[in-house]
Amino acid sequence: MAKQLHIFVENKPGRLRAITDNLQKVGINIRAFAIQDRGDYGLMKLIVSNPEQAHLSLADMGCACALKDVLAVSIPDRPGNLHRLLSVLVDGGINIVDAHGFVLQPNQQGICILEIENLAQTNAEQVVRKAGFDVLGNDQLNNL
Amino acid sequence: MIWNEKYECMPVNELKQVQSERLKKLAAYIYTNCSVYKDKFDKAGIKPDAIRSIDDIKKLPFTTKIDMRDNYPYGLFCKDQKEVIEIHVSSGTTGNPTLVGYTRDDIKLWSEVMARCMACAGAEPGDTIQNAYGYGLFTGGLGAHYGGLEMGLRVIPMSSGQTQRQLKIMQDFKPKIISCTPSYALYMAEEAREMGIDPKKGSWKIGVFGAEPWSEKMRNEIEATWNMLATDIYGLSEIIGPGVAQECPNKNGLHIFSDVFYPEIIDPDSGEAVAEGQDGELVITTLTKQAIPLIRYRTRDIVSINYEKCKCGRTSPRISKIKGRTDDMIVVRGINVFPSQIEHVLLGIKGTEPHYQIIVDRQQHQLDEVEVLVEVNSKMFSDEVKQLEELKRKIKKEISAVLSISAKVTLVEPKTIERSMGKAKRVIDKRQM
Repeated sequence: MAKQLHIFVENKPGRLRAITDNLQKVGINIRAFAIQDRGDYGLMKLIVSNPEQAHLSLADMGCACALKDVLAVSIPDRPGNLHRLLSVLVDGGINIVDAHGFVLQPNQQGICILEIENLAQTNAEQVVRKAGFDVLGNDQLNNL
Repeated sequence: MIWNEKYECMPVNELKQVQSERLKKLAAYIYTNCSVYKDKFDKAGIKPDAIRSIDDIKKLPFTTKIDMRDNYPYGLFCKDQKEVIEIHVSSGTTGNPTLVGYTRDDIKLWSEVMARCMACAGAEPGDTIQNAYGYGLFTGGLGAHYGGLEMGLRVIPMSSGQTQRQLKIMQDFKPKIISCTPSYALYMAEEAREMGIDPKKGSWKIGVFGAEPWSEKMRNEIEATWNMLATDIYGLSEIIGPGVAQECPNKNGLHIFSDVFYPEIIDPDSGEAVAEGQDGELVITTLTKQAIPLIRYRTRDIVSINYEKCKCGRTSPRISKIKGRTDDMIVVRGINVFPSQIEHVLLGIKGTEPHYQIIVDRQQHQLDEVEVLVEVNSKMFSDEVKQLEELKRKIKKEISAVLSISAKVTLVEPKTIERSMGKAKRVIDKRQM
């Protein structure tokens, strides 16, 4: 299962940069990121080359952060595929808490990072695989 | 008018006689009826009969808010609960609130001193008072109410809030006196203008303002805005509630009713008396109270005192406006807030560490706003916004339950709250008083 790094960040100039600064110093590559805004603060969500190391490094700096299991689904970059993925999840009664996506190779492959409600208690991964999508682990994400 | 000329204008040597007699009685009464005080006396090696005059008061031990907390709820009572006819509860520093109780005679005393205050501010029997202090556990509302009844005012028990209604009542019944916090008086002026009412044409001619610190600048503004006399009233629930001291129209200090509330001004560190006119901590002994008499109660308020006879004729000494505190208590919308109360709330919420900061602000002519910054640490950090929002909501709810004021809660990153000398600066007060 892929890990996503969640970091509590105050909504102030310089806070995001403090995080990227910390990560670049330990040679972490950021593969994808998203920010969930809550007004006076937000959560920065990162897919990185070495989640455990990044987590430790940020925790050492005093960040409030956590690693979270997410579903990283590879989907063909063609019309209708996100719709197909979502339909499969809906049919399986699976709820998405938050998500972001990025194109890896234009017109060929995109990646969808899904936070699933109570992921461990669902069969989300199975459902998605059964529908013909690839679910990626950390190593695969890293080697993209 | 002077409500109780006999005591308020008593020649100083006679007054001293009265105070001495009352202190002697009090020492014996409290020693016999309260084991906590008996222990305190015994520890200090003093017997009640060693008290022969008011000057002997220095031999007696101080009483503090800690004593009130440690002996919560009934430890400091000298009367059976059956004789207690009213109780009020105010904020304590942590955990237990401060409980105060009144016997029938205590309520009479409270009514009497509040009547003295109203008269001192310039009220006459038959005047109408709009009482906009909060009714309830807060002593402000009922204290002013009892005083109004005692002196024969027509009392409109508005309580606090409902600003538009306050202004409507003012227009309809033309009360001459308004009692509320000074910041609320300015806030109401703002609201009045918005409703198309000219505050200068309002009916209020005398304001009895208290429950929070305020400056001469604020007084000038209130007087100019409302075209009224703005007087300062002082009190604290431990002593009786409002009614401990009140300004007369000379506005040159607050007359403290020293025949019943004996004042001393001390150096907060050494406990020794400071010279007359010097700033120090106000210490009060309730000479005649029955349910919970207090001996040398440390108010933590910093004032100076002036024993000269006032132009108004009163001989009761005058204390200055409150110049500060010897502890970290702040007053928000008339409510006493101790940072330790917020710490207590945070400690009680699983996962939170008590790294916090309180920011108090007041936009011009607005009411006080409180913001509590809470550091999010890794333990309490949840990877979901939903849970962070839940945590925020919980902190907000508990703070408002403990403090009776609503605060904005802001989650901040770990170690971002300024720490000076290893100790965090807990309160940032941005208000212009």
